[in-house]
Amino acid sequence: MSEFVLETQGLGITFGGLKALQNLNLQLNKNDLYGLIGPNGAGKTTVFNLLTGVYKPTSGKVFLNGKEITGLSQESINRHGIARTFQNIRLFNNMSVIRNVLVGLHNRSQFHCSALSSMLHTPHYYENERLMRERAKELLRIFDLEDLRNELACSLPYGQQRKLEIARALATNPCLLLLDEPAAGMNPQETAELMNTIRFVRDEFDLTVLLIEHDMSLVSGICDRVTVLNFGTELTHGQTSKVLSDPEVVRAYLGDD
Amino acid sequence: MANYFKNVRKSFKPKHYLNYAIVLTALILFVVLQMTGALPRSRARLLTQIGYSVILAVSLNLVVGFLGELSLGHAGFMCVGAYIGCFCGNALSGVISSKLVVLIISMIIGGVCAALFGFLIGLPALRLKGDYLAIVTLAFGEIVRNLFKNLPWFGESMGMTTKDYGTKLFIVAFVVILLMLFLLQNLIRSKHGRAITAIRDNEIAARAMGINVTYYKLLVFVLAAFFAGIAGVLYGNYVTPVTYSFFSYNYSIEILVMVVLGGMGNITGSILSATLLTYVNFQLTSNLTGEQAALKYLIYALILMVVVIYNNAPALAPIKERFSIHTLRKKLRERRRKSNPEKYAGIINDDRAEWSVVPTKITMDEILSTDIAKVENATEDPTDRSVGK
Repeated sequence: MSEFVLETQGLGITFGGLKALQNLNLQLNKNDLYGLIGPNGAGKTTVFNLLTGVYKPTSGKVFLNGKEITGLSQESINRHGIARTFQNIRLFNNMSVIRNVLVGLHNRSQFHCSALSSMLHTPHYYENERLMRERAKELLRIFDLEDLRNELACSLPYGQQRKLEIARALATNPCLLLLDEPAAGMNPQETAELMNTIRFVRDEFDLTVLLIEHDMSLVSGICDRVTVLNFGTELTHGQTSKVLSDPEVVRAYLGDD
Repeated sequence: MANYFKNVRKSFKPKHYLNYAIVLTALILFVVLQMTGALPRSRARLLTQIGYSVILAVSLNLVVGFLGELSLGHAGFMCVGAYIGCFCGNALSGVISSKLVVLIISMIIGGVCAALFGFLIGLPALRLKGDYLAIVTLAFGEIVRNLFKNLPWFGESMGMTTKDYGTKLFIVAFVVILLMLFLLQNLIRSKHGRAITAIRDNEIAARAMGINVTYYKLLVFVLAAFFAGIAGVLYGNYVTPVTYSFFSYNYSIEILVMVVLGGMGNITGSILSATLLTYVNFQLTSNLTGEQAALKYLIYALILMVVVIYNNAPALAPIKERFSIHTLRKKLRERRRKSNPEKYAGIINDDRAEWSVVPTKITMDEILSTDIAKVENATEDPTDRSVGK
């Protein structure tokens, strides 16, 4: 019905009497780098949780490539092609780096191997396992983590944990990648590096990226368009440079004087 | 086919075969002892007891250690297996003459029935988390044993008489352990096992990776129940009559203690601790008679406390480290290195030495700014860290 990769129509959710998000309309074209910004508590992460099925929206609809995915479970939304990272990193801490990525590859149809086949260690299992490892290594190589693949995920420094989270999300073969504050806790140099990585990933994997960010240098650096949220409603949206100089937006962040 | 052997060879790790080696060695040793007549009857019975305890501990470890859900109803599944399996065994023994075949069929029936119960109870219960699931499974265990107590076909409170397989039963139990280890360890080392441990580590992230959490929780629950049912059939043929009072929550807790002592998610640990605890229990029960019998619980509890403190107290960490297997391996490595310095030149002697290969800021910049294709073409070393070991 539409050419948009992601489209939301009047998306909203209420928790009891609290209107956490109201009437959000997003339209992401293919290969967009789209930003979602707003002051703390504006409902940005709520949007991600709605898109990925953690919460069920109380109003509105979500379309992915023209197909309605409103109210599906997290698992099936991921299989439809939305992958995400988390604001507070959620790696599988007690697993090695490569295992984290291998978990991401779990649902890829080309790596299908039934539980029975795994339990009996059939030749198919061995072949499948080898292919999965190769693919995981390729992904880690892109993020420069290949040498660290046997380390525990929790022992990595912060910046590399963020990268690993992106690598793991990419392993699920998404068409839309949601990044929740990817630059949080990074120094300016790491942020610059991250900007390159995000751009590279978008081109390499033919992705559409929606990201939440507080770091305005990153937002203005890579996002083509942004939507600004404030108190659960959309304040404005449009070209990044125009939006960021909008006095309304400045007021939302800094308050009236 | 050539590929198959190559893949098998490449993924071969000695530690994957440790558990098979332990069980197989024990099995061969005791079978030889029995054939030469050196194994007393009481010891053979103890071995059977150890056999079904190990099955229970390892299968519960799958739920508690690998999936990370607390289940206190393992004795309930065992109860289902014991009653239904042995009931079928009694019925079949008139039809089939071979005792072993009857036992195998009754184990399969008992296991499948327990798995069915696991599925039925798991379907609603696995929506619950943590303590709530524990309480539901606890209640399940109690309900099941009282159900069998009140059903007329199973001897009611007098218990159900079963066939006694005598001193050879432990061989069957050990073979079952080997089969179980094969299936469960293989599962854990596959993508499905990764999904299961991912659910334990971070359920939200696992869901976001598209893992069907309900499916895996049910799968683990059903598998654990299946093996608990088989253990129940073994128990039923070891003790006659089978009475409902044995499958109380106390026994569920005892299995849980074996799992906790052996270490969550550690199969070797479960095997060893189940063996040790069963042995201690057996010795205490047979040696302390009359008035001393009360001492059993005191000594048993003391042993548990010592083991738990030894495993967890920070003050004992240095002592533990001195005797740990890692220290031993490190020492061996050092010795090897000293005897052959040229071969190991340049390899840093530390477990955590991988930190030295973390790319520094500058090299990272270089890599990112230059050419990713170049990094992709870098030579691949499949043996990677094993060089250092």
